[in-house]
Parts: sequence; structure tokens; C-alpha cells
Amino acid sequence: MVDPEKKDTDKESRKIKSVARMKEIMTQYYIEAKTAGQTGKKVAWITSGGPVEFLIAMDVIPVYPENHGAMIGASKMGVGLCEKAEEMGYSRDLCSYARSDIACAAINGGPIGGLPRPDFLVCCNNICGTVMKWYEAVSRYYHVPLFILDTPFIHTRFSDAAKRYVIDQTYEYIRFLEEQCGKKMDMDRMREVGKLAVSGLRLWQEVLDTAAHKPAPMTAFDAFFHLALIVTLRGTQITVDYYRQLKQEMEERIRKGIAMVPNEKYRLLWDNLPVWYKTRWLSEKFSSRDACLAGDTYTSAWSGVLDLIDENNFIETGSVAYSSVYINVSLDMMFDTLKKLIEKYDVDGLVMHSNRSCKPYSFGQYDLAKMVMKKLNIPTLILEADMVDERSFSDSQIETRIDAFMETLAGKR
Amino acid sequence: MITAGIDIGSITAKAAVLNDGHILGTRLMFTGYDARQAGKTVMAELLQAAGVQREEIRAVVATGYGRNTVDFANKTITEITCHAAGGHFINPKVRFIIDVGGQDSKVIRLDENGRVLDFAMNDKCAAGTGRFLEVMARALEVDLDKFGEICLAAKHPAKISSICTVFAESEVISLIAQGEMRENIIAGIHDSVASRISAMAKRVGVVAPVMMTGGVAKNIGAVKALENKLETPIQVSEYAQINGAIGAALLARNLSP
Ligand code: SF4
Repeated sequence: MVDPEKKDTDKESRKIKSVARMKEIMTQYYIEAKTAGQTGKKVAWITSGGPVEFLIAMDVIPVYPENHGAMIGASKMGVGLCEKAEEMGYSRDLCSYARSDIACAAINGGPIGGLPRPDFLVCCNNICGTVMKWYEAVSRYYHVPLFILDTPFIHTRFSDAAKRYVIDQTYEYIRFLEEQCGKKMDMDRMREVGKLAVSGLRLWQEVLDTAAHKPAPMTAFDAFFHLALIVTLRGTQITVDYYRQLKQEMEERIRKGIAMVPNEKYRLLWDNLPVWYKTRWLSEKFSSRDACLAGDTYTSAWSGVLDLIDENNFIETGSVAYSSVYINVSLDMMFDTLKKLIEKYDVDGLVMHSNRSCKPYSFGQYDLAKMVMKKLNIPTLILEADMVDERSFSDSQIETRIDAFMETLAGKR
Repeated sequence: MITAGIDIGSITAKAAVLNDGHILGTRLMFTGYDARQAGKTVMAELLQAAGVQREEIRAVVATGYGRNTVDFANKTITEITCHAAGGHFINPKVRFIIDVGGQDSKVIRLDENGRVLDFAMNDKCAAGTGRFLEVMARALEVDLDKFGEICLAAKHPAKISSICTVFAESEVISLIAQGEMRENIIAGIHDSVASRISAMAKRVGVVAPVMMTGGVAKNIGAVKALENKLETPIQVSEYAQINGAIGAALLARNLSP
């Protein structure tokens, strides 16, 4: 018989200790953002894939509606807010980050009572076209200026002309910031931030890489949580220090043989955004079937372009690199990334979240699944859901799919 | 070794008892609102009909949406794996199974050992399921059992373009109002269901021979419409509706008690 006390201590030892520090940093960050009005700091709302480094260098507090959307999802407030946005006239087909965030702005609702009012907005469309319309709506709502950084979609290669186009906009972006802040950009500071961003990205990638170890010291579900800093505070010392600490903890777990999934038998790769209101449920489902989601395409999207950044010339390479993120490239290029991840984490299967909200991410998944099967002989499980809007999730249906997929993998062995 | 399989679906509960690859008996009843009770009842009725004692049964596997309510089962296995096992048992040559039940439909590609290679499920929406046919039969005041047969007489199947059950129903009503022949409307309805299912089947990749299981397999109109869409003959065994339960009973053999 299993000793219940023994079981509990095992569970305790599997918990990642750094979580506490992460929560501290994020709380501090949101307090600072919410009190910016009193401290005289400027606040800019920026999209998750945008080059935040320039804001950091200008001492502007970056605020992320998408990170906020994730918080709304995780605190299960998505349905109420989405419905509110629908009442306001927004279509249910609109991304649930946009819907829930717009509703929050209107009623000061959500887990932190709404985001701090922006002084200006920065929208980079390397992630989707939705953000352009979304930020235009926000710009009208708050009567604040909007800067759009337009990144061309990459079909086969990134032409020199397209690169030039992005670089020119980066300089425009700097001029926009200088105007908004009423001061010149300190180029030495910018260089320093660029270097810190690269160090942060590198460390984050190294953290993710530790899950290649069998058994994995962390899973994609942990990565979903720890990701927040590389999105929101990239280019700061805090982020670098935090990921260094997290990496050390992961290495220590490997040394001590601490696995996140107690009896890791199957390894899987996750695709698309998390289902924020179901991360624990899904994590327990997979774990109870001895399956470890070792890696994912989402949390590695930021650091995936690391090689394209010259840390000594961030201004001219940063935005160019961010144009090449996972969802701004062709299916063939996405497949190349998938292949690398499948091989790195040595997985038995792929789990694709077909996300009703995020069209650019979900579009093409069936084709990718076919390519992965044909070229790598790796089966795919497709789960239809939504990252924030719980109305698109059905427990028993998802459970049946997961069970059937795990039975299929077991049958293969 | 005597084993049993219980398949609790949304509309019917099915049970099968097997002895080393021989079907001793099968049973089917309505699930009703109490799935737990349905599992017990269908099992009791099965034992009585097959003349088997409870103690003789070495293992029970439960499947279907209500599988977790069958507390006397030794194990639960999903319908996907069970239908593959059942279909393979009925005809080992079968490489593709289309199961259309009351609230969902699924397609399964399997290998020569009856193991699942790939599958897809439609459970988000009533279109492409038995429920869709049920709603339409009601709108047309036709007995569900005759629904499929009637459409075989259709000369020019009507076009039902909406994929939403509710919208399709109003489409049907306006077709009735326009005086469209009933058999043409019914044929259109079956085509619509078949389109949904065949799209899902093609996504997984259809490999002949194809077998259809589940309650809708009894509907000749649905089978014919699917054959047309997939351009391949479809087999339907006499055990189509019990297939999942048979598979469950077969898989129960692998459980070492
Ligand atoms: S559509 Fe996708 S990429 Fe765009 S904001 Fe929504 S979740 Fe993000």
C-alpha cells in the first residue's frame, strides 16, 4: 500500500520553489504599473510579440493586454467578460483576449480591476492581424496615440527589402517614443537593454532545454507560468536574474532526479496557447496517464528567434528577428520548428490545441499534423478549445480524446 | 475465458458477453437519465438472456460516454479503442471504421492487428450525428426507423446547405413550405450528414475496407449517402450497434484478473 504521507512529501518535493519569487516579481510589476499615475511614469500597452526593449530603454512601463488576458483566463473570469464584450457588439468570433480585455477596460473588471490607463500604444502585427483592430479600438477608447510596427509575413525567406522596411520602422518607433516621452533615447542605455534582452532570452531557452532531460524536471505547463517575464520584462536585469535562478533550480532537480511527472513514460509536445482556465486539469490528466508534456511551440516562440539577434546591434536586428516568430512564417517553416522540437524533446506524440480564438496559430494545424505523421511518424491529438472562453471547452469530450490518444500510444509500444 | 463489455452511450446502453471469441449474447436498452442504473440493468438483462452467471465472468470493460459510471467494471477504455477492436473482430480485413452514434461521430483508421493508427471525433456539434437525423425526422413527422429507406426513392435530393442543426431545421421547414417532395428533402438531409462525416473521414485518410458502426449504421439512407461521398462500399455488420460493447468484452480478455 502507498503510504499517504510519503506520497504528499513527494508531491511537495516536485513543486518548483522559484514560483514564489516569480509571483513576487509579477505582483511588484503590476503594482508599479497600476500606480504609474502617481509616480509620473509613462505606461504603454504593447502586444506580446512587440519589441518591448525600446520601452524599457525609455523607462516606460510596458503593459500587456495579452498577459492580462491570460490572467483573466486563469482566474476563470473569461466567460463573464467575453459575454460583456459581446453585449457591447463584439463578435464571438473575435479573439477572447481582445474580447475579455476590451470588456475589462469598459467596466474596470477582471482579476486586477482593469489595466492602468495607457499613455500610448505599441502594436506589432507579427502575431496576428487581430491586434491591429483591437489596438485601434483601444486607441479610440482612451484617445491615445498608437504606433503600429508592421512585420511582413515570411513565406520562404526574409528579403533584404522587407528587412529594410522593418528596420526603417524601428527608427520611426524610436522617434515616436522620443516624442511621447519628450526626451531623446539614451543609446548607451538601449545597447545595455538589448544585451540584457538577449541574455534573458538565452537563459529562458536554457530553462526550456532542461526539459529535454528524461525524466523532465519541468513540463510545458510550468513553462506557461514562468514565461510571463520573458514577455513582459524582457531587457531587464530582474528577468536575467530570475531565469538564472530558475535554470539552477532545474539543473538541481535533474541532479537529484526530481521529475515533474512521477512516472514519466510518454513524452508529448504541446502546440498553441495554453487553455488558461484548464492548465491544472490538463496537467493532472496527462500526468495521471504518465505523460509528460516536455515542450511546446508557444513558450519557445520568443527565444526561438534568438539566433537572428545581434546583441551588439539590437536596434537593427531585434525587430527583424521578432518578425520571424513561429506564427508569422509559412507552414513549411513551422514544420521545421516542430521537427526540431520533436527531436529535441524526443516526444512520442503531438498535442495540438485548436484554439478557436487564435486563428493564425490554429490555421494549418491539420496540415502540420499530417506532415508530422508522414515525415516523422509522430501521431497528433487535436483538442478543440479556447484559451480564455470556457464555453468552448467540454471536460468529458476532451477527456475521451486524451484517453483514446494515450491508448493509441500505448498500443504502439 | 468469459468476459463482458458495457457501452454506455448517450441514448442507448449496450452490453455483450463473449467466451474466447464467441459471442454468447448481446443486449441493448435506452440509457435514460440514470446512466449508472442503465449499466447495472443492461448487465443483468444480458446475463439472463445469455444464461451466464455473474461469477463466470472474469473481467468487465466499460466504454462510451458513461464509462466512468459503471462501477463494477475492471477497467474503462475509450470507444475509439473498443470500436477498433470490435470491428477488427467482426472482420479482420477492415481498416477504417465510421461510428455514428446519438451525440457524436468518430472515424478510426486501424492496422492489420486492430490497433488504432489515427482517429477524429466530432462532438462539438449535432450536425453529422444521429441527433441531427432525429431532429429532422421529427420536423418531417417521419418515423426514425423509416427515415433512411424513404430517401432511396428520391429522384432529386434537395440541397441543405446549413451545417447548423437549428438552421438546417428551418431550411427543411421552408422546403416543406415550397412543396418539395418529402423523399427529396430526406435525401438532402442524409447527404448533409454524410458530407460532415466524410470531411472528417478524409481528414484522417480513408482506407478500404470501410465498416460503419453505431446506431446510424442501421439507417440505409445514411450508409448509401456516405458510400457515395466516399466512393467506396461500406460494410455494416448485424452487430453494428453493439460493436463497441463487443470490443470492450474482447479487450477485457487482456486484463489479468
Ligand atoms: S489572435 Fe492569437 S496572436 Fe492575436 S491576440 Fe489573439 S491570441 Fe494573440
